[in-house]
Amino acid sequence: MNAAGSAVQVQGLHKQFLDKESGRTIVALRDINLAIPAGTISAFVGPDGAGKTTLLRLLAGLLRVETGSIEVLGVDAKRDPQQIQDRISYMPQRFGLYEDLSVQENLDLYADLHGVGAQARVERYARLMEMTGLAKFTERPAGKLSGGMKQKLGLACTLVRSPELLLLDEPTVGVDPLSRVELWEIVEQLRHDEHLTVIISTAYLDEAERCAQVYVMHEGEVLAHGTPQALSDHARGRCFMARSPSKQPSRLLQSRLLDADDMVIDAVPQGGDVRFILNEQTQSDALCLRKILDGARVEEVSPRLEDGFMVLMRAKLHHDKGETDASLAAVSLSKSVTGADACGGAARDEVMIEVRDLVRKFGDFIAVNSTSFAVRRGEIFGLLGPNGAGKTTTFRMLCGLLPATSGFLQVAGVNLRTARANARRRIGYVSQKFSLYGNLSVKENLEFFGGAYGLRGQRLRQRIATVTEQFELHGLERTPSGHLPGGFKQRLAMAVGLLHEPDILFLDEPTSGTDPLARREFWRRITALANAGVTVIITTHFLDEAEYCDRIVIQDAGELKALGTPREVWVQAGHSATSPLNMEKAFIDIVNQARQSAQRNDKEVASA
Amino acid sequence: MFALLHRIFILCRKELLAILKDPSSRIVLIMPVFIQSFLFGYAATYDLTNAPYAVLDQSRSAVSTELISKLESSGVFHRVANLTSEHEIAEAIDSGEALLVLQFGPSFAEDLYAGKEVDLQVILDARNSNSAGSAAAYINAIVASFNQQWRQSHGGGAPALSIEARSWYNPNLETRWYFMPSMIASLAFLQTLMLTALSVAREREQGTFDQLLVTPMSPAEIMIGKAVPPIMIGLVQSTIVMMVTLHWFHVPMAGSFISLYLGLIFFMISCVGVGLAISALSANMQQAMFYAFMLSMPLMLLSGLATPVRNMPMPIQILTYANPLRFAIDLIQRVYLEGVSLMTVWHDLVPLFVIAALTLPWAAWLFRHRLV
Amino acid sequence: MPEASVAAPQLDPHRHSVRAFARRLFALTRKEVRQLLRDKSNLSIGLLLPVILMLIFGYGLSLDVKNAPIAVVMDDSSPTAMEAVVGLQLSPFLSPIMLTSMREAEAKMLAREVDGIVRVPSNYSSELAAGHGSIQVIVHGAEASRASIILNYVTATLAQQGVRSLDRVGGIGKGGLGYIDVESRLWFNESNTSTWYLVPGLIVLIITLVGAFLTALVMAREWERGTFEALFVSPVKPVEILLAKIIPYFCVGIIGLAMCLVTARFLFGVPIMGSLLILLFASVLYLLVALGIGLLISSVTKNQFMASQVSLLVSLLPVLMLSGFMFDLRNVPLPISIIGHLFPATHFMSLIKTLMLAGNVWPQIIVQCSILIAYAVFFISAARFVTRKRLD
Repeated sequence: MNAAGSAVQVQGLHKQFLDKESGRTIVALRDINLAIPAGTISAFVGPDGAGKTTLLRLLAGLLRVETGSIEVLGVDAKRDPQQIQDRISYMPQRFGLYEDLSVQENLDLYADLHGVGAQARVERYARLMEMTGLAKFTERPAGKLSGGMKQKLGLACTLVRSPELLLLDEPTVGVDPLSRVELWEIVEQLRHDEHLTVIISTAYLDEAERCAQVYVMHEGEVLAHGTPQALSDHARGRCFMARSPSKQPSRLLQSRLLDADDMVIDAVPQGGDVRFILNEQTQSDALCLRKILDGARVEEVSPRLEDGFMVLMRAKLHHDKGETDASLAAVSLSKSVTGADACGGAARDEVMIEVRDLVRKFGDFIAVNSTSFAVRRGEIFGLLGPNGAGKTTTFRMLCGLLPATSGFLQVAGVNLRTARANARRRIGYVSQKFSLYGNLSVKENLEFFGGAYGLRGQRLRQRIATVTEQFELHGLERTPSGHLPGGFKQRLAMAVGLLHEPDILFLDEPTSGTDPLARREFWRRITALANAGVTVIITTHFLDEAEYCDRIVIQDAGELKALGTPREVWVQAGHSATSPLNMEKAFIDIVNQARQSAQRNDKEVASA
Repeated sequence: MFALLHRIFILCRKELLAILKDPSSRIVLIMPVFIQSFLFGYAATYDLTNAPYAVLDQSRSAVSTELISKLESSGVFHRVANLTSEHEIAEAIDSGEALLVLQFGPSFAEDLYAGKEVDLQVILDARNSNSAGSAAAYINAIVASFNQQWRQSHGGGAPALSIEARSWYNPNLETRWYFMPSMIASLAFLQTLMLTALSVAREREQGTFDQLLVTPMSPAEIMIGKAVPPIMIGLVQSTIVMMVTLHWFHVPMAGSFISLYLGLIFFMISCVGVGLAISALSANMQQAMFYAFMLSMPLMLLSGLATPVRNMPMPIQILTYANPLRFAIDLIQRVYLEGVSLMTVWHDLVPLFVIAALTLPWAAWLFRHRLV
Repeated sequence: MPEASVAAPQLDPHRHSVRAFARRLFALTRKEVRQLLRDKSNLSIGLLLPVILMLIFGYGLSLDVKNAPIAVVMDDSSPTAMEAVVGLQLSPFLSPIMLTSMREAEAKMLAREVDGIVRVPSNYSSELAAGHGSIQVIVHGAEASRASIILNYVTATLAQQGVRSLDRVGGIGKGGLGYIDVESRLWFNESNTSTWYLVPGLIVLIITLVGAFLTALVMAREWERGTFEALFVSPVKPVEILLAKIIPYFCVGIIGLAMCLVTARFLFGVPIMGSLLILLFASVLYLLVALGIGLLISSVTKNQFMASQVSLLVSLLPVLMLSGFMFDLRNVPLPISIIGHLFPATHFMSLIKTLMLAGNVWPQIIVQCSILIAYAVFFISAARFVTRKRLD
């Protein structure tokens, strides 16, 4: 390590790629300068396409350094990438597990390659198994694990040894809150015990908040960097909480605040209240603001990293005036829809989805056990649970992609698995991973799925124009959808799901891996749709997002553990009805309670 | 009805776009067909056109010289060496320099003039049994006609016999005439099978199949939508081979295009049925590709393309009833070379139809019922 | 984890040593072997397909003309006419069926029940006596090579028979002239069965299948599934990755080779005239060439579908078409023959046929083994050169 104590030093780094299809060069990184101190945890945050992954790959010696210099652990990445690779560990965004090898065999492979001794292995494995909850599955082929489990195994394979530098590219995408907590414990312990340097790229700003240094990236540039505290200070004195006196969902106040985009930079529901940030010109007691708040009590709060991030991003977007301001369009959309709340009260009581005693077994394994719930028209209904809890299985049964082992289920009055094909016209489906035709362009995908749902001619053109407008896909019509940045893929998937104006929309982890900006935009659209009478079923790992839902269920190990409004679930978790909501805490409490009682039962059974 | 056709149409259009948009897959679909048609046209020949031979003439007589010159005039046999002793024979053959050695014994001419039956020793390199067999038959025929002529011209009695040889459908007996029409079906076969086998497997692997299944399309519609584009691509490939056969190699076509294409369409449908069934059974693209390949190798070999089905032992002949290519090759050869109408070869259509009728509905059923 | 357990970074101090190399290679190879064993489709191509091909080639395919059915139509039933065709019965290549009407013969020919028709016209004996007898021979030309062999045999048999009958009628030596009879001796394949020449070729095909086709997918698969990204950022060297891919498929190739040799020798009775050791040595060389080609294709295309198509085109197709496996390269136009000789399979094909059927022909062994060594070195180093631990 060099004198400055930097584990990583980057100077004047540029990186560009040649897009083979169009022959254009795409600038991925421009003029990056970094000095990451040894023995600290640093984070790269920023929206999709900011260049986080490219930067990490360059640090790992996986891409050629053309302009500028990179020094990792005192080694020039241009000259000796192998030496860097000997000394670091790296977890790519999409960790390529060997799917026909078992969990244990995958771990052993990486332990062998890194030369981890037998003694060290025993201890390390025990710790990793505890973190990932994979102990039960060591013999299972990696390909048979659920998405989140795979992610955890990838993480475990990366952490089989303690390197000098650890690079993690969005390690917690799709990982449930319980495991995220444990992951961070491990990483922090490694740093503490072994003076390890960690660089992590993440979309979760609460994670970045735990780091010593945060680099905010945007379109290949570092916008700002500093301690989380320093970055939060960008929003100092402008963050407020508004407590709505009425019983109405906080998202209504939130959307009113967001609509006032000349004053308000950001607003999110939090703990049953609404947290918002004002722009520099607006005073908290401004007259027009008070009108929007409609008597809600307002108090200033200290800013979080997320607030600082939002301020930086908005500033950047305003600065680049020429570019489309993504959030502006979302606002206008929600304005138009909230005004036209056509759905009457009677229709709102109509049960759109009914599930009774639903069971799904795979061999001996019970993926979903006697689950019952009902969803009414216009509701946003959230399915929450740790990895492998059976959320996706429930989802696939509802959509008719998987037969139920037993139980009753009805979507829009029919069982989609057995109903005539036309019944499927009433649902829209956005799956967990991007699943549109990657080599077809945006327009071709829209035309195809429109046609598949029976739209054609004038009507199809009209609908395509509408969703293109709605989801900001202008100018991208001819881009192959596989080449879109992550956030745009997600928008296109939504556009396809909504093209035929379904009554019910199924969304399987639509926000995992997306940055806060894109998530704001996404939820604005969802709330607008629900207001217009569309029933939305959604699974998510972001527990703060549970607050957008009218009602949620929490599943664990295939069982339904809690059901109700976020407030009701908070109470079910054993908290007082008036204390401020914390969905993450509610979730962890409920899952832990369930697991403890399951263990107790096991013990009783064993002792009996 | 219109809505149904419209859905199938847009699915076909999507499939074609997905296949043809990628320039490398366009190349992969067209280039090999061209290369293979030329390669097969030129390289796939059992015709003996160049048989190098060596002579060990211990008689050094006028008769032997005369016979050798007759051999040379055939245009097929080319002398590469004159040997002087018997132990040179081994070297000439071993090294592969000569395909055969003609050995005239020391008393060859004397015995012949003495009215005896004289043996002409022909030693053949039978490492390639086909060339050896052809050469042996050729030499036999040349020697037989030499016998007649020579006896006649030397005042000996010769039978006043002429043999009028004719060959149906292939007057010059060129392998190419037989091979190229078979290629019209076989070259498209491999890629049509692979393409269909990959189509559903790819969608499963990329997760798009679920997206397709939640649309109002029924499995039958998806099946048709998946079947039509490979059939179209297969027909284009067949047309390329046919054009090369017709216009480059000038193999005349005796039958009608309509019969040929109808037969091809039937064949393609049954291929696509097999391909879709493989696809629906496979968990991923690699498996689909391997199973398609596993199946196509024996199907190609046992189709009558390389060797006639009639030469196969009975149990294997029975197996070939499940081989669409066998019937396609028979059908196309007969339509192309013999000029028969479809009415004559209807029995070739029946197995093709049966294969399609079994595999296609099965594949459609598997779309929804196979759990991955 | 207890505080004291790990105090310093666990950087492997021996990472450059031979032991570390061996350990990593072992770990990677074990991974490859496990993947190979668990994927049924992979194994079935590597082991089941060779068996199927062996059986098809051994039992199913035959190019031989033996007892070819020939319709003989006797419009003239005089003894002279009967005698003219008697030779056909004696030929081991032909099996005549006597028919009375031409229509029947033509029907049999169209149905491909007979390969040819010999027709003795009704005025044969009188015309022969008048000095211009003629016999019609018709063959079905669709299968050209077969037809041409049959045609040659029929012609030769009829002509020879003509000479013989004349001599018998007139007494030998009447004109003082004898006649020539061809006595063929088929070296290396006495009974001239095509099995003998197809089976050695099949060994080439199977080694190519395992070496070039199966391995063409293994690197591409890792690129496509993104499994390399994490693997690259470790002390693993590109050489180790390549070696770990080569070793299991090398073993599969050897098993395939052994199966082929055993079936060839004991099921089909194909001799191994040359030295078994040299045969194995040459096969190993060619297996290495094939593996090199497969890995090179795989590393360049990085895509399974493309890799499979390219490897079909540059490795399997040349084996089938251009190597002298089925079609004799002596009979093709010169440019095609030159192209054929560019492929390593062509050299191995001729070598293995010689070693099995002819024996140790040293000049050939030395030249062709050197060619194979050169190709093996070239392709494997090219594969090494192309495999970089980089994503761009």
